[in-house]
Amino acid sequence: MSNPLADMDKPDVIFCIGTNMTECHPVAATRLKRALARGAKMIVADPRRIGLAEIADVHLPLRVGSDVSLLLAMAHVIAREGLMDQAFIDERTAHGEDFMQHVAQYTPEWAAEICECDPEDIEKAALLYGGADRGAIYYTVGVTEHICGVDNVQSLCNLALMTGNLGREGTGVNPMRGQNNIQGAGDAGALPNNYPGFQTVTDPAHQEKFHKAYGRKVDLETGMTKVTALDLCGDGIHAMIIDGENTLVTDPDRHHCEHALKSLDCLVVIDIFMTDTAKVADVVFPATAWAETDGVCTNTERRVQRLRAAVPPPGEAKPDWWILSQLAQRMGWQGFDFGSSKEVFNELCALSPLYNGLDWDRIDRGEYQWPVPTRDHPGTPRLHEKRFENGRGIFKMLEYRDPEETISDEYPMWLTTGRRLPQYHTRTQTGRSDGIDYLLSEETLEVHPEDIVRLGLEDGGWAEMSNPRGCLHVKVRATTKSPKGTVFASFAFEDVPVNVLTGGGYDPVTQTAALKACPVALKPVGPPPVLGQVGAGSPLGAPVL
Amino acid sequence: MKQNGSPSKNGTALTLTLDGEKVTFSRGETLYEVAERHGREIPTLCYDPRLEPFGGCRLCVVELEGARNPVASCTMEAQPGMRVRTRTAALEVQRRILMEMVASENRDTDVDPMHGYASQEMADLLDRYDARTGRFAGATSGTSRPDDDNPFIKRDYENCISCYRCVRVCAEQEGDYAISVMNRGFHTQITTEFGGLLKDSACTFCGQCIQTCPTGALGDLKALANKDVPGETETTRTVCPYCGVGCSVDIMTRGEKIVGILPAMDGPANEGSLCVKGQFAFDFVGHPDRLCTPFLRDEASGELRPASWDEALDFAAGKLRKVVKDHGRRAVYGIASGRAPHEAAYMMQRFIRAGLGTNHIDNCSRA
Repeated sequence: MSNPLADMDKPDVIFCIGTNMTECHPVAATRLKRALARGAKMIVADPRRIGLAEIADVHLPLRVGSDVSLLLAMAHVIAREGLMDQAFIDERTAHGEDFMQHVAQYTPEWAAEICECDPEDIEKAALLYGGADRGAIYYTVGVTEHICGVDNVQSLCNLALMTGNLGREGTGVNPMRGQNNIQGAGDAGALPNNYPGFQTVTDPAHQEKFHKAYGRKVDLETGMTKVTALDLCGDGIHAMIIDGENTLVTDPDRHHCEHALKSLDCLVVIDIFMTDTAKVADVVFPATAWAETDGVCTNTERRVQRLRAAVPPPGEAKPDWWILSQLAQRMGWQGFDFGSSKEVFNELCALSPLYNGLDWDRIDRGEYQWPVPTRDHPGTPRLHEKRFENGRGIFKMLEYRDPEETISDEYPMWLTTGRRLPQYHTRTQTGRSDGIDYLLSEETLEVHPEDIVRLGLEDGGWAEMSNPRGCLHVKVRATTKSPKGTVFASFAFEDVPVNVLTGGGYDPVTQTAALKACPVALKPVGPPPVLGQVGAGSPLGAPVL
Repeated sequence: MKQNGSPSKNGTALTLTLDGEKVTFSRGETLYEVAERHGREIPTLCYDPRLEPFGGCRLCVVELEGARNPVASCTMEAQPGMRVRTRTAALEVQRRILMEMVASENRDTDVDPMHGYASQEMADLLDRYDARTGRFAGATSGTSRPDDDNPFIKRDYENCISCYRCVRVCAEQEGDYAISVMNRGFHTQITTEFGGLLKDSACTFCGQCIQTCPTGALGDLKALANKDVPGETETTRTVCPYCGVGCSVDIMTRGEKIVGILPAMDGPANEGSLCVKGQFAFDFVGHPDRLCTPFLRDEASGELRPASWDEALDFAAGKLRKVVKDHGRRAVYGIASGRAPHEAAYMMQRFIRAGLGTNHIDNCSRA
């Protein structure tokens, strides 16, 4: 996030797009609700009538994957009405004039044809955000998990740049990160293009720095992403070490993933449970879990916080860092004899300019938000206050692109996927916690009541959902939370493995999978033979017909 | 959440007299906040610093010169020149009588601390004011809801003192408005829309009502199930394992067992809030499905079998070395976790970069 969580109750206009925050980041959502209680206005762009939409002033139920068109039209209205922050544009941005000309063609009426929102609502949303003194944008993977994920984010940046909604209290462009240390995994350098601290690997100066630190030259070219690596399994990639990810269940196109991992000569999995991914490994190492591990994590607002062990691990489980450092030593490599989490973290701090001012002891109370470049630096709750890291904020001239796969007569419905409040990811943790199933014990496909009738389905009955990648059976629930033409299911339950269907392309820049827009066909089927036993023995959870 | 203002506009410090001592305050502060800041321990039952002041319990009354009766310090804004007394014999008598009356309303005055974060507040005040006299024959206000079969929130309203903290935390802190109040006086009943089960209301089971209840009328059923686990309860400050908000929690343990979770009221990201997952979804830690030893794929049977660390590490290193020998160092790929700490991700990239000299490393954020 560009701004701290504490800023979330300070905007006068909130724009949430592709974020089901009341279910996925519930505590952050409480701050937005407090802002609304104080009189802030809220725009929610989401295909579904999610919890935030229920309390929004404007809900824009855009068609999945059409974000760029909506955001271009909002920019059009802001430019047309002269609601820009011209001083900000002049002082801190580049190509502002070109951008205003670029968006002149993208009227709300044009966008409405694509995003299926009411042009008057688009107009209203643009006037609200454009007229705000403090306008703040919040988004999650509903924005990024598309073939145009980068374009979507840049469209949001364009809006913030043209209205000067950056670098001040209660403003910003704020991605909500979905896992407790997904920010930290990037910070720590687990990226193919960056060393720790987002230092690019293609810069010889960075290479030299790490050569010196690690005593070994590292390739000067960017590594491949996980997506490419999975594509190349058995053909260039022959071994994988996977830590704490149930790749088979969470990644798009399960059949492809399964084939990929089985083509490896060696798969090493580190996890706390025997997940589906661990089951196909050659070696599985037992890791210590949360509450058993001393360590550090960084949250969505870049706050660096301590994780502390409260109980001993079961059996012989060991911390992930220990497992990897031992494995490195067995490979015969020098320099991996670390004695504690503290030693490991302190080495990271020494090598990352974002963490140079930190160490294990200094983060004890969690008051620092990176960058913390020096020991006397107070941390950076708010980014971009005086300047942008790379000079000027550059407007991007974007165009709308269709998703890689679009609906057709054969596959006439959009499937979009996500999480539900009580369950997390593939239920490896919440599914093993007493009581959670009381709130949600099975997956259902959310379908608009008119679609139920049109497709011959039945509320509470079963549907077969398919596309060329796969097929599954799922119980149907009639709800106006889904718009007509779009259905929703979470990926939490193994007997509704929606990721056998997803996989319609990737963003060309980040290779983020397009998990949010997937054409499918639906038809009624009978209930499974024994309720609750659907395909229990099959590796795919449900029968593939 | 309340916010305090700044000193007076012209920059001179605002002052008032507190128990004869001249003290400074900021504009917008209440008398209660000023007194707390200056080390006075004013008793309260309806007060939660995260919520708007309510003035319901009247325990925080102080004497204000010029006012006819004692005033509730939690709702009275501090003004320059006020002369305030927080501990006089008359106030202490009044507080004691109030506590005796409060106690007379409840079936139990002493509840297990596993009920929740604030559950001992009433019992502590009864001790402080020596108010367990039973002088008043009260009647319980509120009817318990044993019919609510939810596994998280005990609804034992026979121990309710109508402080409305649960109602207010649900509305003000959570924005959920799932709980409300029905009737008045001895008939007061904390309830939900249409008086049904929490499951059928707007309740998200975040547990905030449990944690703010000062009497144990609401209780954490998961923690209470562990109330007989032997040992002293210890707490460990850490961060919730789920989403990226990074809420601080205190894990309660007895011996080697996690017995419950408390929200950290001073957690920088959450300021005491949690959701249903952070509050209740912790049993995976000690679950019997946990992996307790390494496993390796037996070459004869093709099945995974338990192995010692030595054997498994050598086996893995041997396989990786063979891949490097057959296909080169660029044939090995590392995927770090967004759920494990920095040290795990850092070591994974160190393994790939310092060990193999490649950049074939990623994390799970692209899925």
